[in-house]
Amino acid sequence: MAEKISKETVVKVSRLARLSLTTEETERMTAQLAGMLEHFRDIDALDLASVEPMTQPYPLKNVLRKDVELPSLDRDEVLDQAPAAESGRFRVPPTIGFDV
Amino acid sequence: MQKLVDIVAGVTNGSLKASAVVEEHLARIVARESEIHAFNLVTADQARNDAAKVDEDVKSGKKVGALAGVPIALKDNMCTRGVETTCSSKILQGWKPPYDATVVTKLRAAGAVIMGKTNLDEFAMGSSTENSAFGPTKNPHDVSRVPGGSSGGSAAAVSAGFAAASLGSDTGGSIRQPAALCGVVGVKPTYGVVSRYGLVAFASSLDQIGPFTSDVRDAATLLEVISGHDPMDSTSIPQAAPSLVSVLDHGVAGMRIGRVTDLPEGCEPDVLARLEAAFDALRSAGAIIVDIKLPSIQYCLTAYYLIAPAEASSNLARYDGVRYGNRVEAADLNAMYAATREAGFGEEVKRRIMLGTYALSAGYYDAYYGKALKVRRLISDDFAHAYEKTDVILTPTSPSVAFKFGSKTDNPLAMYLCDVFTIPTNLAGHPAMSVPFGTGANSMPVGVQVLATTLGEQAMFKVAAELERSL
Repeated sequence: MAEKISKETVVKVSRLARLSLTTEETERMTAQLAGMLEHFRDIDALDLASVEPMTQPYPLKNVLRKDVELPSLDRDEVLDQAPAAESGRFRVPPTIGFDV
Repeated sequence: MQKLVDIVAGVTNGSLKASAVVEEHLARIVARESEIHAFNLVTADQARNDAAKVDEDVKSGKKVGALAGVPIALKDNMCTRGVETTCSSKILQGWKPPYDATVVTKLRAAGAVIMGKTNLDEFAMGSSTENSAFGPTKNPHDVSRVPGGSSGGSAAAVSAGFAAASLGSDTGGSIRQPAALCGVVGVKPTYGVVSRYGLVAFASSLDQIGPFTSDVRDAATLLEVISGHDPMDSTSIPQAAPSLVSVLDHGVAGMRIGRVTDLPEGCEPDVLARLEAAFDALRSAGAIIVDIKLPSIQYCLTAYYLIAPAEASSNLARYDGVRYGNRVEAADLNAMYAATREAGFGEEVKRRIMLGTYALSAGYYDAYYGKALKVRRLISDDFAHAYEKTDVILTPTSPSVAFKFGSKTDNPLAMYLCDVFTIPTNLAGHPAMSVPFGTGANSMPVGVQVLATTLGEQAMFKVAAELERSL
């Protein structure tokens, strides 16, 4: 498995996860994740080369329903629960013109 | 405490008023809820109205449902239209879903009376309710001890007599472990037996809804009502759920009961003693004890704590301050996402999002998530081999009785070890249930876990009923 997790990696992962961790949280998270990943090394001893990954517990196939109109959620009721809405839509802060 | 089946019988034949049943339960809530904190929200007015409606229907000779007048509590991660659903998280505080979960629709159609929404570890991540943003639930048997988790509020609500039954969700043991710690029955059905539509997703390949009740018959009755195919859940099994109540008196003569000879270490002796007593009781009732091996379950914690956080990191990406829940304003969209999530999620949720994001990220996917999926296959194969030799398997539910508050909060791995006996069935997708079976250290309840293979609920309930009869 990979080398011990670094603080830089934790900062990168927090960006991917859209979490603005504090410096203290980053320090604590680095130590805790390192501890867990160390524990997870127990499976390194297993020979898994010929093992098929298991992604779901029950062998169901994807299904399509008939293409008929069904009632959907009430738009006003949904938007009423949004942090910000306007003219029948969700309202968000500017999405372009800033560094991401 | 009144049994669910007795309430239904009394209300249906008119000898008992649903309104009186609800008032009794509300009185117990008034007396003890400030100490226990089982609920995030008690919906007393709605419960009284629903009970009055049931009484009216009985009076006017209308046919009433299979749960007529039964007070039921719901874990606060199941959507209730117009009624706050928080997952015990600040990020969803105040959110009123625009629809009912399928289980809620089924309960209402059966005449159940919903008492409120119960406390949980935030987003069902934890084993003690200490991760709730709104404070922990206390164990009704000893308020200095945890009720277990994540469905600790649902377990405590039944244990304290605040509701005749409740629903929880189980991703790695979140129904069975609190059931064991609070001395009630808790069932995780086969993956796909109960619709998850309207259950806030944690780890979608593992999550399953199930009942808490004070005895096995009540659990079978409630599970029959909430089971069944639902087109709104693409993982719902497209076949009728088996009858359970009808098998409870069948006994266990000739049934094969598996004893795991390579059980993971770390189980307390008082709990192991109760497990031995359970084997003795079943042997006396005519069952055959069979030794089995599950060599790969020693890796279950690693597989689970890579797979569940990976799925959670994806599922929880939806809490971004746009469509529901709370928002922390910022100058641009990405800053708003990060500020909202930083303020809205608690420490354990952030830890699992980070772990899952890392396990799925480029360069690490094969080493962690990919490997974990293969280990999941090994565990599933172990069970398949075992079930060629046995009908059910008996293990402890939890390695110890309920522990003291704060005793595991500084060490995430110690907390994760609470689930070592419950996780394997979630990985395999199998049913399992915890049955109260006497007491252990400090006179706290001990649960014995009955496991069965996919759709093996009938065998599981036969054995659970026998264990209960033997006490």
